[in-house]
Amino acid sequence: MNEVMLYSLISLGAIGIVAAIILYLVARRFRVVEDPRIDEVEEALPAANCGGCGYPGCRNFAEATVKSATDNKHIEGLNCPVGGNEVMAKVAALLGLTVEESKPMIAVVRCNGSRENSPPKLSYDGPATCAFAHNLYSGEGGCPYGCLGLGDCVAACSFDAIHMDPGTGLPVVNDKCVACGACVKACPRNIIELRYKGPKDRRIFVSCVNREKGGVARKNCVVACIGCGKCEKECKFDAITITNNLAYIDYKKCTLCRKCAPVCPTGAILELNFPPKKEKTAEAAGKAEVRNREENPGKPENKE
Amino acid sequence: MAMLKTFKLGGVHPPENKLSAGRAIEVLPLPEQAFIPLNQNLGAPGVPLVQKGEQVKTGQLIAKGEAFISSNVHSSVSGKVLKIDDLMDPSGYRRPSVVIQVEGDEWVPSIDRSETLVRNISLSQKEIIEKIHEMGIVGLGGATFPSHVKLMVPAGKKAEVLIINGVECEPYLTADHRLMLEKGAEILVGTSILMKGLGVERAIIGIENNKPDAISNMSELSKSFQGITIVPLRVKYPQGGEKQLIKAVTGREVPSGKLPIEVGAVVNNVGTAFAVYEAVQKNKPLFERVVTITGKSLKEPGNYLVRTGTPISMLIEKAGGLPDDTGKIIGGGPMMGKALLSTEIPVVKGSSGILILRKNESKRVPVIHCIRCARCVSACPMGLEPLLLAQYAQQEMWDDCERERVMDCIECGSCHYTCPSGRPLLDYIRLGKFRVGQIIRNRGKN
Repeated sequence: MNEVMLYSLISLGAIGIVAAIILYLVARRFRVVEDPRIDEVEEALPAANCGGCGYPGCRNFAEATVKSATDNKHIEGLNCPVGGNEVMAKVAALLGLTVEESKPMIAVVRCNGSRENSPPKLSYDGPATCAFAHNLYSGEGGCPYGCLGLGDCVAACSFDAIHMDPGTGLPVVNDKCVACGACVKACPRNIIELRYKGPKDRRIFVSCVNREKGGVARKNCVVACIGCGKCEKECKFDAITITNNLAYIDYKKCTLCRKCAPVCPTGAILELNFPPKKEKTAEAAGKAEVRNREENPGKPENKE
Repeated sequence: MAMLKTFKLGGVHPPENKLSAGRAIEVLPLPEQAFIPLNQNLGAPGVPLVQKGEQVKTGQLIAKGEAFISSNVHSSVSGKVLKIDDLMDPSGYRRPSVVIQVEGDEWVPSIDRSETLVRNISLSQKEIIEKIHEMGIVGLGGATFPSHVKLMVPAGKKAEVLIINGVECEPYLTADHRLMLEKGAEILVGTSILMKGLGVERAIIGIENNKPDAISNMSELSKSFQGITIVPLRVKYPQGGEKQLIKAVTGREVPSGKLPIEVGAVVNNVGTAFAVYEAVQKNKPLFERVVTITGKSLKEPGNYLVRTGTPISMLIEKAGGLPDDTGKIIGGGPMMGKALLSTEIPVVKGSSGILILRKNESKRVPVIHCIRCARCVSACPMGLEPLLLAQYAQQEMWDDCERERVMDCIECGSCHYTCPSGRPLLDYIRLGKFRVGQIIRNRGKN
């Protein structure tokens, strides 16, 4: 055998062995001890990396869950809205814990200022970004609180769950919504809220966020909440509060009894996906229902 | 002949269209009702001092600016306070305003209404600043920064020169031009008062040489005033920008993110100098100003002395009514002005002009792709790269926006004006400025 080859083999081999020993020792010395359950939990998560849980991605959420399980022996307050109860149950099982079932949430657009209800008085020809238009003026319909209809929420959604309705000019949420909250953050006017999805997708909410006085609000939009307080009086569960001329229904207290909607003089309270009432009570109830139907032609399942 | 001075970087030359330059300032009749917004300055709004049903006189204090950067608001008419309510102001939102039913025109007796020029400045430096604060003087160039704050030089800094801005580089507007022609002496006394208030020996009045009559008038008058020089400037937009004007007249450059006082300069508008004259020498609060009403389709464009709170519909009526081909009503000039939402919006301290654009003038051109021609880069007077900033803002890359000095943008619109692809550069940069500003403020809190 060639001598040169022999020497190089021996020297390289020796270097290799020494390097391997060093690497082994370094790896031992600086080993990162990681709970193997983190990988398991991450595996169980949907891997959407949407940030809906409040952490930057699924891995971070997995780390937080495992940390909470080791330190506090519970994982309360941690919830993956995308996976829902199924995934959280799986995660809890992996960690040897149980988790309370949480009610599924959905994004709700609290503005009904469609082109019909709040006719455009101005026209905007700037860049189609709500954030920009919000800095500039009160909106085509004149309501300084209402939807600008330029679709920042649509752009923010990574689940294809929110779209602009070309007829009304308002965003519509479909059942792909996982309540990650991206649209809530994107809306410069804080119109979108996460609420309980409700049994059979039935929801009641005040579809208005206008805090102006009744007369001023009504001038721009016929379905604005005027803060009259009728619904507050009607509600037996303390779910409705009026602050700054605006009614708000607390979804945690609301029992979906449907008493408030018929008394609303402007029809600002929306009832979604309920069967139509048989008795003909107040006119407003009829109005609300008509509007509900008009807004969802052919798709009674998903106004929101 | 030596080349006239101007600023170095960027700039554009939009058509001047100074339609109303030959029209003398007329007094606009009083409105039936005055709508006086409580926030007519940059900074915090004033706190109302009057109540519904109260009788007020012209020049009476109706709202007090209590924060450091805020200013007093005075009634511009005499009559009865109808209500204090949220009304549309030029910002496009409803803000607290005082509505006054006009009854006669009874002025507060302490105001000297005579036309005689008072040259002798009897107040001390401190008293001047107090007077300017009390009379609610704000920068009338458009930004409405409270003037007394400008005169208070921060500790460790030294003001060397006062620059009076008579540039009026915005196309169409002629209010300052007319003021320099008709109230030249008053402006010069106002300048002397500001010099005393600031404690400087030197003042420069910069005027673009598209106003030769104003330059000759002011030069003639300034001979009898100590330390005031008139500097004619080459026409270039946005020379009226504070930093551009300092660069043009002194050659000094304000460092990025710093105030003009850093280079020893303080800039005030000629309108402000006139208001300061009236406040200090005549005891008159700031409740009226010269407003240009102009537009190519208007029958009679002109310049009017208007009380604040007068709805702009009155001005439009005076100029021959709203033309049929109106596309947009702009508050301010065509470059930096903002479209107004209704003709019932009142004139405020910051309204320099009302511009009626025709339909074909106000249309936005179709937006196509950026062709990387870098015209916006060569037009930017602040040496920024508008194409980059706009794209960062569009992609919500706020860190990059900040690194590329988005906060230095003076929103002059030169980039947008030169863009051959019609890209809404300034719109996105404004969005970037707004967001980055928010981020910077929040950073301070934590």
